[in-house]
Formats: sequence, C-alpha cells, structure tokens
Amino acid sequence: MSIGIVGAAYVAAAILFILSLGGLSGQESAKRAVWYGIVGMAFAVGATLLGPDAGKLWAVLPMLAVGAYAGQYVAGKVQMTEMPQLVAALHSFVGMAAVLIGFNAHLQLGAVQGMDEAARASLNGFAAVLAHKTGVEVAILKVEVFLGVFIGAVTFTGSVVAFGKLAGKVDGKATKLPGGHILNAVAALFSVAMLVSYLNDGGISALILMTLAAFFIGYHLIMGIGGADMPVVVSMLNSYSGWAAAAIGFTLGNDLLIVTGALVGSSGAILSYIMCKAMNRSFISVILGGFGNPTGPAMEISGEMIAIDAEGVAAALNEADSVIIIPGYGMAVAQAQQSVSELTRKLRAAGKTVRFAIHPVAGRLPGHMNVLLAEARVPYDIVMEMDEINEDFPSTDVAIVIGSNDIVNPAAQEDPNSPIAGMPVLECWKAKQVFVSKRGQGTGYSGIENPLFYKENTRMFYGDAKKSLDALLPMID
Amino acid sequence: MKIGAPKEIFDGEARVALTPESALQLQKLGHVCVVEAGAGAKAGFSDAAYTAAGVEVLADEKAVFEAADVVVKVRGPEPAEADMLRKGQTLISFFWPAQNPDLLEQVKARGATVVAMDMVPRISRAQKMDALSSMANIAGYRAVIEAGNNFGRFFTGQVTAAGKVPPAKVLVIGAGVAGLAAIGTATSLGAITYAFDVRPEVAEQIESMGANFVYLDFEATQDGAATGGYAAPSSPEFREKQLAKFRELAPEMDIVITTALIPGRPAPKLWLADMVAAMKPGSVVIDLAAERGGNCDLTVPDQKIVSDNGVTVVGYTDFPSRMAAQASTLYSNNIRHMLADLTPKKDGVIFHNMEDDVIRGATVAHDGAITFPPPPPKVAAIAAAKPKEKVKELTPVEKRALEVATFRKQTVTQVTLLGVGGLLLALVGYAAPASFMSHFIVFALACFVGFQVIWNVSHSLHTPLMSVTNAISGIVVLGALLQIGSGGFVVSVLAMAAILIATINIVGGFLVTRRMLAMFQKS
Repeated sequence: MSIGIVGAAYVAAAILFILSLGGLSGQESAKRAVWYGIVGMAFAVGATLLGPDAGKLWAVLPMLAVGAYAGQYVAGKVQMTEMPQLVAALHSFVGMAAVLIGFNAHLQLGAVQGMDEAARASLNGFAAVLAHKTGVEVAILKVEVFLGVFIGAVTFTGSVVAFGKLAGKVDGKATKLPGGHILNAVAALFSVAMLVSYLNDGGISALILMTLAAFFIGYHLIMGIGGADMPVVVSMLNSYSGWAAAAIGFTLGNDLLIVTGALVGSSGAILSYIMCKAMNRSFISVILGGFGNPTGPAMEISGEMIAIDAEGVAAALNEADSVIIIPGYGMAVAQAQQSVSELTRKLRAAGKTVRFAIHPVAGRLPGHMNVLLAEARVPYDIVMEMDEINEDFPSTDVAIVIGSNDIVNPAAQEDPNSPIAGMPVLECWKAKQVFVSKRGQGTGYSGIENPLFYKENTRMFYGDAKKSLDALLPMID
Repeated sequence: MKIGAPKEIFDGEARVALTPESALQLQKLGHVCVVEAGAGAKAGFSDAAYTAAGVEVLADEKAVFEAADVVVKVRGPEPAEADMLRKGQTLISFFWPAQNPDLLEQVKARGATVVAMDMVPRISRAQKMDALSSMANIAGYRAVIEAGNNFGRFFTGQVTAAGKVPPAKVLVIGAGVAGLAAIGTATSLGAITYAFDVRPEVAEQIESMGANFVYLDFEATQDGAATGGYAAPSSPEFREKQLAKFRELAPEMDIVITTALIPGRPAPKLWLADMVAAMKPGSVVIDLAAERGGNCDLTVPDQKIVSDNGVTVVGYTDFPSRMAAQASTLYSNNIRHMLADLTPKKDGVIFHNMEDDVIRGATVAHDGAITFPPPPPKVAAIAAAKPKEKVKELTPVEKRALEVATFRKQTVTQVTLLGVGGLLLALVGYAAPASFMSHFIVFALACFVGFQVIWNVSHSLHTPLMSVTNAISGIVVLGALLQIGSGGFVVSVLAMAAILIATINIVGGFLVTRRMLAMFQKS
C-alpha cells in the first residue's frame, strides 16, 4: 500500500472520529456513531499495518490479538457501577503508552544521530523521518517528546490513583503529603529544569528523572482530591490522555494522531468545564482540592429531621400523581438501580408521571447516573437534566432523593455564607413532599449540613437504599 | 392508668375528649378508659359504642373523677370540676392559663397536674397534638359553610338557561390555620377568594390554596417568625393603610371571614362599621374572633345579627362544637397523641418528662407548683423569613442598553481571545520551521472542531463519550506501530508493550461504549 493510500485512510479515519463524537448528541444516533469510530479505527490501524512503514508483523500481530482479547474480556465483564474505574484504568493505559512511545522516539533519535550518511539513507519508517530533521526540527522534536512523556506520565499515575479511589482500593478522602502543593510545584519546576538539561545534552537520564517527577505529580495531585470531585478528575485525565496523544502525534509527525488527540483533549476539557460549572467552583479550586472557605457563619438550621417508614412513603406515593426521583452516588453504592427501576415501572403502570432529575455531578463520572438507569431499563426519555426539570418541582407531588446530598442542598441558594453558595442545585424542596432515602444522619461529601432534611415537607426514609426500596415495592399498588 | 372523660358541662358544648376510636388506640398504649354516661351523645357517640370499644361507662361525673388517673376534657374545668381534682391526678384539656390565673391557683392548690392543650408548642414534632390548629381548621371550614347558609346566592359562577350567575367574592382576613381552611373551602366551592395577612411570608401559602393575596405595599412589614408563627400588633400607620385597603374592597365582597387574633390580646378591630355599611345587602360577615371581642365592629358574640343595610354578621364562638363529631374525632386524636408522648414505653404508665419540650411547654401545673409560663422551647418554631430581594424591573431602554453592553462585552472578549491566539500563532510561526507549522495548523483546527462538536453532546451520554474518547485515544497505537518496524531491540520491546495496552484501550473502549449505548431504551 503506498504512502498516499495510507494518507487517504488517515483522512477517512479522522472524519469518522469526528462523526463518531458528533453522533453522541442523541441516544439513537449514538448507536450508529460508535460504529463510525470502530470503522475509523480499523482504517487507521489496518492502513498502518499494510503501509510501507510497518514491520515486524510477527511481533505486532500477537500483541494486537492479546490486547483485543483482553479488551473485549474487560468490556464484557465490567459492571455499570464500575464504569468510573474502567474509564480511569483505560486513561492510564493511554498515558503509559504515550510514555513508552516517547522513550522510543528518544532512543531512535539517538540511534539515527549516531549513524553515517549511507546508513541514514537506507532507513525506513519513523527512523527515516528522524534522519531528515534539521537542527531546529530536532530541538522541537525533543520538546515534543518531553511534553508527550510528561503528560503521559502524569496521566498514568493520576489515572492509577483515580482508579484506586473509584474502586475503593485507595481511601477516597483527600490526602496530601506534608508540604501539599508546594511539592507539586517543586516537581514541576524540577521537570522544567530537566527540559533545559535535556535540550542541551540530550541524555536519557534527564528524561527519566523528569518521568519520575511527573509520576509523582500525577500521584500526589489526584491523591489530594476527594471522592465526589472525581467527575472533574476523570474528565481532566481524559483531556490529558488526549493531549498526550497529540504530543506524540507531533513527535511522529502524524496528523491523524494530532487530530484525534486534539479531539479527545478538547472533549475532556469541555467535560471538566461543565462539571466545574455544575459545582460552581473554578477548575483550579477543584484540582487544588478543598472547598472555598465559608465567608461567614453558616445560617442556623431550625426544625428537626423527621423519620418515616416504608408505609408512610407508600401511602404518599399511592396518592401522588407526579413523582420525581433524584438519584445520586448513594444509589450506585447500594446497587439500588434495579429497585428504582421496578418502583418506576409500578408507578408508571398506575398511571403516574414519574421522571428522573439528574444533576451534572451526580455520581462519580459525568453521565454516570444515566448509564446506571439505562442499564436498569429505565427509559431515557423520562430521565431529565437539571435545567429541563428544575422548574417542574413546584407542581410535583412527591420528590424522592436517593443517595444524593449536596446536589439537593438548599443552602446553595438560601445561605450566601455557605461554602457551596451559588452552586446550581435541584430544587426538590419545592415539591409538595420530599422523601430522602439515606443511610444515616451524616453530612454529604462537602461536610455541609443540608437544611433540606429539616424542612417541614421533608421526611427521612432511613436505611440502605436498596433495602428501603425493596420494602416499599410490595406496598405500591 | 385509667383515662376518664366526663361530660362537658359548659353550656352548648357538644364535643367530647374521648371517642370509641381513640379509646381503642389508648388501650393499645396499656391504658384503661372510662367515660361518663351520655358524654358523647351530642357528638354522635352512644354509650353502647363506648361499651363496644371496651370503655367502662360510669354513671356520673363524680365517678369519673374518682376513678380516673387522667381526666381528659375539651373545655377548661369549671371551678366545680377543678374542686374534684385530687393530688397526683392529671387533667388534659384546653386551659388558657394566661386568662385564667384564679383557676390555675385552684388546681395548684389541689395538687393536680394540668396539661393545657392550648399551650402545646408549635414545633413540627408537636403538630399531631396541636389541638388549636385542628380546631381552627374546623372553624375555618365551618365559617364558610355558615356563610353559605346565610348567603342567598351560589358560590360558584354559572351560566344557566335562566341566566348568568356571577361567582361570589370571598375575603378572608388572617391566613392562619382557620383562614387557610376557609380559603380552601371557599375556593373549592367555586368562589373567587381573596385573602389578607400582615405576615407577607404567608403569601405563598395563600396563593397555593388558590386565593389571591391582597398585597399591601408597605415598608417594614412584620416577620411572623419572631412570635412563633402568630401575628403581632401592627403600627398605627400600617393599620391605617390596611383599613384603607379593606374600605376599597368592601363594596365588592359578598362574604368576609375574619380570623385575625393576636396572642394574649383582644382581637384587633379590622372590619369597621363603615365597611359593613359599604357592603351590598345580603352579604355576610363571619367573625371567627368573636370570642375575643371580634374583628368586626358589629359583632355580638354568640349571636347572628343583621345590620341596617341587610348585612348578616355572625359572631358564633362555637364553630368547632357545631361540628361536634368531626371536632371530637380530631380533638380526641390530639389527646391520644399527647398521651402517647406521656406513655413513652407504651406500658400504661404515665411518665411526666419535664425535660421534653412539648410536655414541659404544655404543662401549666405540676406537683403542687405552677409551671406557667414555660421557658422558651429549645427549637425555634419557624425559620426567620429573609427579606426578599427586590428584582428591579428594567425599562425597555435599560434592557436594550444591557443587551448592547453584553454584546459589546462578548465581542471584546472574543476579539481579545482571537487576537491573543493569533499573536501566539504568529510567534510560534516565527520561531518554528514550516514542517512544524503544518502540523500545528492541523492541531489548532482539530481543537476547534472538537470544541464545536462536543458542546452538542447530550449530557446523558457523557459516560459513553468518555469511553469512546478513551477508545479513540488508543490511536497512539499508530506511534508504536510506526516505531517498531525501524527500531532496535529495546525500541521493539517498548513498542510491543505500547501496542498491547493501546489495543486493550481501543477494543475495550469501543465495546463497552456499544454495550452502554444498547442499554438506552426509549419508553
């Protein structure tokens, strides 16, 4: 296959990737869009394998086969509640691959520069590209390699830590080494120093030291971020994995890598932006960890939490005409989505309007709740976004909060001194009656008291979400 | 313990503090119930019904007072009744301790414990024993029914073959429990209902019941939260403004229901003689505050009078008693809840816990001492109302100016961004060779396309978006594929590792995305 045809295949792949992302604007078109992505990837890999620059197929094909098998095994086995972990793990792979490829580029550059003219002329593939670089181009290449490895390394350890936190293997709380972000800054400065050193003498030791520093930054940065900020972290890492791919693309002079990396990078950046917006916090404050300090004494909460049993909830639901369910991370933890779905089915069969209100940062991954509900066979057309449904609460009979806390905290609107003041929240307290399914009386992730629980129309439905709902189900007619 | 309900001896009182239904519930708490013969007759509960519910029917009042450990009543005790109380006995009834200091001294001297149902603090936990609210609710309902009884027209507007009937206009003054009940009843009968209250925070409640809130434009309206949810006396200026508003409304209104009360004071005069005079003949005024002097100038307590211009003014003070069956049911439930709180172990033993806010608040005499007034409850009843922020109405000119300003601002930010971006590009272009620039252009365009495309992605598909971007970022495999062909041993090994993990990414990412998307089903 000539280099021209390979180029054509790359163009097709790039277009298919763009279509694939664009198709995610709707549930139905998305089902087609994923095929665009698959076909695009097949074009790209196939053309490269058949193209003039490929080689050592005996080594490549087994790797592809094993990787494909492992990928399909993981994809088939993963639980939907484990999606955040899976996404984080896949990010770490991209990061690691970028580090490896960056090191390879460095090694090949060294090898090519050591050759004489005759040997250079006989080179093919990536080495041939390297051989034709001028002095300035080699310097730029080194910067690209350096950037690619740096971003890749941060992505790698960051994603591994995020994976550990999401999978519950690492404590979800924000922990920092003594020195906090100063350490990160020192490591970053050290990396810059290494860049200068690398550009001057080009030794691999500078590259390795920088990689270690970047590994540390990735680890320490994500360790310092708490569980509920994970939507931002995961989308940030998504973005990084894209930028790492783009940097590698520059190194290799491969436009398809650049385009794809840029697409992924901007996608992750937008997701991070949306998540931050939904928490009314700046990206920097999320990444640096911790909530803003309250600007004054918190508003005093009066009233008391009133508990209710399953019978009371059932009676209210049986009388209600319209119900809105607000799921949160607690629903995923309790694996209650099937019970929620069953409740929805029963209520809808009784002719009631049942809808779901999804806050953008509910769960641990952007859109996590939607996937869980979809898995439990809740039709997606009754699952609404915050902006679509917030106005409907006053005309709703019953709102059920399942395992969410901060995203339904009225303090965000009522108490200007609250640390989450200004965060957009689901205004479920405007419904005629609110039931909160919750394990105990504790506060949410932010550690802020939730005045919702003390409102006169709120009743606390204590207990494990799944058990509570299962107790409730037989009483719905 | 024995719970006993004597017959009410107050003239015209038809309610009873114990019903067969509530007796059954009390027995579940381990209590034994007795009742005076004929106590429930006026409320529709026969002695036979009590016997059937396991209640012992005693011949006279004296027997009940002697047998019972806890005497439950509706009205506060008459001096004769108070004399029958003994040491250690508990009386649960309305008492009005502030208005009846002599009676309080008398029960103290007898050594009895008195739980005043009118002193139950207004906190959420105590709502189930708030007899004032349950009685006020009945009074509000009955007020509308009484008004309808004296009003010669329909409430609802109708268009009949014989002609058009306009709907009645009802004004409710004071949106407490009684007022809200009246609003609900009047609107459900089809009347056009207006309501007024000095506490602006109840406007929402009024509107939720289907009435129009009569808005009084006055600075520094009062905050009802400071007085435990009740109204406080208003300033003379405010009063003048309020009366002027009523004067304006009077000629239009067919029915006026006044429910304005201020704790511990005579009822404020709000519907003055001239307003009654301004009303149409046949109109009705129902004064629910008659017992405390009335809100209307013309009110005569316990009587229905007709003014010179044919307006009926009803000053009955016994609205709940006029619906004795309903009132007894609710009141006996309130009593039952109070007894349930007094019997925490459900073993039929009364434990008078003076640490409990609700019990402490309601107890006015205990162990030979007067315990009135109670200390303020630990939890405040109602959250303080926040001053409403005023949203300034913008004139069209201002709006236009604002739009132009935002447009300008947007343009400025966009142009600045473009300028800065262009400058950076130029700098890069100045330093970098052409081969780099061609890649850089591709990169910049791809970022731009990415931003445009991703904004349109539906929020509900963010997880599939992440997994599909995961998959396509596996495109780094190309790098390894290109390197492996021309590299040495170390390069090949590293490249093989990269190929392996990138392939996991590609295949895993795409397949899991497909699996997820297949789950999204439309109903």
